[in-house]
Amino acid sequence: MTVPAKPVEQLDRVVIRFAGDSGDGMQLTGDRFTSETAQLGNDISTLPNFPAEIRAPAGTLPGVSSFQVHFADFDILTPGDSPNVLVAMNPAALKANLADLPPGTDIIVNTDEFTRRNLAKVGWTVSPVDDGTLSQWAVHPVALTSMTVAALAGSGLSKKDAERAKNMFALGLLSWMYSRPYESTLRFLERKFAKRPELVAANKAAFLAGWNFGETTEDFAVRYEVKPARMAPGTYRNITGNAALALGLVAAGVRAKLPVFLGAYPITPASDILHELSKHKRFGVTTLQAEDEIAAIGAALGASYGGALGVTTTSGPGVALKGETISLAIALELPLVIIDVQRAGPSTGMPTKTEQADLNMALYGRHGEAPLAVIAPRSPSDCFHAAIEAARIALKYRTPVILLSDNYVANGSEPWLLPEVADLPDISVAFTTEPNGDDGRFLPYLRDPQTMARPWAIPGTAGLEHRIGGLEKADKTGDISYDPANHEFMVRTRAARIENIPVPDVEVEDPDENARVLVLGWGSTYGPIGAACRALRQRGLPIAQAHLRHLAPLPANLGAVLAAYDKVVVPEMNLGQLAHVIRARYLIDAVAFNQVSGLPFTAATLENTLEDVVKNG
Amino acid sequence: MVSASIPLTPVKLTAKDFKSDQEVRWCPGCGDYAILAAVQSFMPELGIARENTVFVSGIGCSSRFPYYMNTYGLHSIHGRAPAIATGLSVSRPDLSVWVVTGDGDALSIGGNHLIHALRRNVNLKILLFNNRIYGLTKGQYSPTSEIGKVTKSTPVGSADAPFNPLSLALGAEATFVARTIDSDRKHLQSVLRAAAEHEGSAFVEIYQNCNIFNDGAFDLIKDAGTRDEHLIRLEQGQPITFGTDQQFSVVHPGGSFGLSVLPSADLGAETAVVHDATVDDPAYAFALSRLSGSDLNTTPIGIFRNVQRPSYDELIQKQLLDAKAQSTGTPEAMLSDLLTTGDTWTIL
Repeated sequence: MTVPAKPVEQLDRVVIRFAGDSGDGMQLTGDRFTSETAQLGNDISTLPNFPAEIRAPAGTLPGVSSFQVHFADFDILTPGDSPNVLVAMNPAALKANLADLPPGTDIIVNTDEFTRRNLAKVGWTVSPVDDGTLSQWAVHPVALTSMTVAALAGSGLSKKDAERAKNMFALGLLSWMYSRPYESTLRFLERKFAKRPELVAANKAAFLAGWNFGETTEDFAVRYEVKPARMAPGTYRNITGNAALALGLVAAGVRAKLPVFLGAYPITPASDILHELSKHKRFGVTTLQAEDEIAAIGAALGASYGGALGVTTTSGPGVALKGETISLAIALELPLVIIDVQRAGPSTGMPTKTEQADLNMALYGRHGEAPLAVIAPRSPSDCFHAAIEAARIALKYRTPVILLSDNYVANGSEPWLLPEVADLPDISVAFTTEPNGDDGRFLPYLRDPQTMARPWAIPGTAGLEHRIGGLEKADKTGDISYDPANHEFMVRTRAARIENIPVPDVEVEDPDENARVLVLGWGSTYGPIGAACRALRQRGLPIAQAHLRHLAPLPANLGAVLAAYDKVVVPEMNLGQLAHVIRARYLIDAVAFNQVSGLPFTAATLENTLEDVVKNG
Repeated sequence: MVSASIPLTPVKLTAKDFKSDQEVRWCPGCGDYAILAAVQSFMPELGIARENTVFVSGIGCSSRFPYYMNTYGLHSIHGRAPAIATGLSVSRPDLSVWVVTGDGDALSIGGNHLIHALRRNVNLKILLFNNRIYGLTKGQYSPTSEIGKVTKSTPVGSADAPFNPLSLALGAEATFVARTIDSDRKHLQSVLRAAAEHEGSAFVEIYQNCNIFNDGAFDLIKDAGTRDEHLIRLEQGQPITFGTDQQFSVVHPGGSFGLSVLPSADLGAETAVVHDATVDDPAYAFALSRLSGSDLNTTPIGIFRNVQRPSYDELIQKQLLDAKAQSTGTPEAMLSDLLTTGDTWTIL
């Protein structure tokens, strides 16, 4: 008997959230769904959300892990404000996510896990599936676990092992619902369990059982299609911000023709950069897992002194510890890239939640007058290019550069149009090999008149032996100097050499060309701000958007750009750190709009706020 | 022989070649002068190209050292020299990297970096100038000051138990551990030579007199009138005896974990321990390190431990070389392959 094909409905965009216990494999499920979706050519944006605990007590609210994927047949900017579909693998996953669900959302619940015991863990005595609690949503009760176990009967797996494949059943069902091509998932399973063929077979069987369940059950009357998005031609892959940063650092080494040396100490959410870079030794990338954050940056600086591209990766607490060494790098005027994947602080804060509250620390968080360059990527794939840009500035201008990523871009993903290697900028610089003084002496602090960079003369270069250190140095000679006029000169020179780094002008997106309000952002808020601006323009409300990549030095045209608008709004995931800079530097009455919840802005929140400013000034 | 990866100088160098043009600014009479002179006159013996020699220091009186050496030099921040030198050494196998540090720099603020450099066996020659006092900050007690030490910050005496630097280094798995004295140039240079020839971390404690804040701290083992009774010179392959007419012997009493000093005349059936720094079990060197405490009463100097273990640098370089050997193509082509790894799709 053939099952009659179900009607297919066209959608332009869908947001799915997979939610379950930390041990349920929701991140993997989301990753696979994303990969299938990428193969189809939809535009995608994803957002994982997981607890800091590795295995919080099973079935509890703190143990819920989720993965949201937004896909569309057009260009999208965010992982979506709220889901159209929630997959809830247990009562905790349902309860933790209910508040985010608009009425009418499809909820697929794994009824097998809605036992009295599991319900009690989240404070329910009766199952909300049965008592009408969920009446405003479209609930699809599915016995996911028991159907998975039934599908794997005869596989030889224990019941416990069979149950573990239930996430693949869920993935199969959702893949059917949204007409995803699944060959890549089957290939993935073959790779992942290459050493355990019985698990390959079981996970494939669970996946196909989920797919077939969708096709046969009457509970799902239609399936959906989201056509490919119109995207620029080229080859794409889906990429997270952390992976893009790591690849960007490898690329920076290749394009600088220098070995990359990463000193890092494990810290959430930056550790994945260390993991990724440790795989790329063939590019001459050395990774040192140091004894602490200070040693990590110290080793990176030592490598830079020796002629490598020194890099350290961390999060806010680590940057605090690295402060003294960053100041040394400023005094030594050596290249160094410091990557801060920001998380919610202060102190340990919320290590798996996002925030932009390290801007002040990046700009000012050192002793003495200690200026450096600061840049921030705007999206996961942009992390690749931001890493190269950070390395370019560090090498050319002999300065530490802080790159401010955050948890939102680090773990979020989007399609990335792969660049041609030959199109990446050549960021190579020359070491100094000859004396630069009149009398054949080497003057380690004699500057290049254009870049104000001092010579980079590395150990091993005969005739250029010299000593440098953290003590104030005399101009040109680099000798220790306590001369007041020299110190004043050097302090002002260090400030000027950062201020004079040429950075691209900030671009303004104002398609209506008559906006009176400018929204200015930096870093990872680009997506939600952009989505909010689009929504307002579609409603006939003109608004201009500018987004800063370079936070130090600021683009030369920024003052003029800001002055051209009646109102400037600065949304940030902090209490107004960029807004302070703008107000102080440009004497502009910028309006700060701040959210410090550990979660990214939703487009809707920003749309409401910006609408108010556009309408009411 | 120093490491084969370090280039040798084509011309014969002299001590003068290692003197920089900077005016030396330690206090008159400081033990650091003697160490500097000993190092400058010893470096030419190694035959290493001057430009391939780097001195890295932290903060403190001793850490001014790099400014006075006409090599590459990096005067860094307090306690961090071993970490900075690790990055330099690991990424540049062609350099001879020396760390100059003090008891405060290495054992207090930088204790963590010191022990980790030693356990990794990074190819660093670490010279710890131990004067048992903070000099640059003008006279506070240090992590090697004796209990009860009266200083500016301990007016009624220090209550801190001191580190034994050699015991600490041995506990941190150091492969080369030695002690010497600022005023004994010959001994100092012999220890430095052995350190330079050691592959991996070499840890050398140098007793150094601070004549301003802790003058005479080591007089017991320096003064001609007392030193013979208190100083034990370790010689590879020789019985460990000391004193006038070798009147004392270091023995390993049956049933004891450690070593003891006995009058040679009272040995009976026992014999003096024959020194062997190459013993793999660190317990032996540790027992030697415990012969002396703050009181210096029986203080061994010389090489306590000198064993072979692959250096961190060597292991890391091997990983890099192995990875490169397994890859083909230009870096650009490899990068292009890397970027297109995994699930990709093409839009026409």
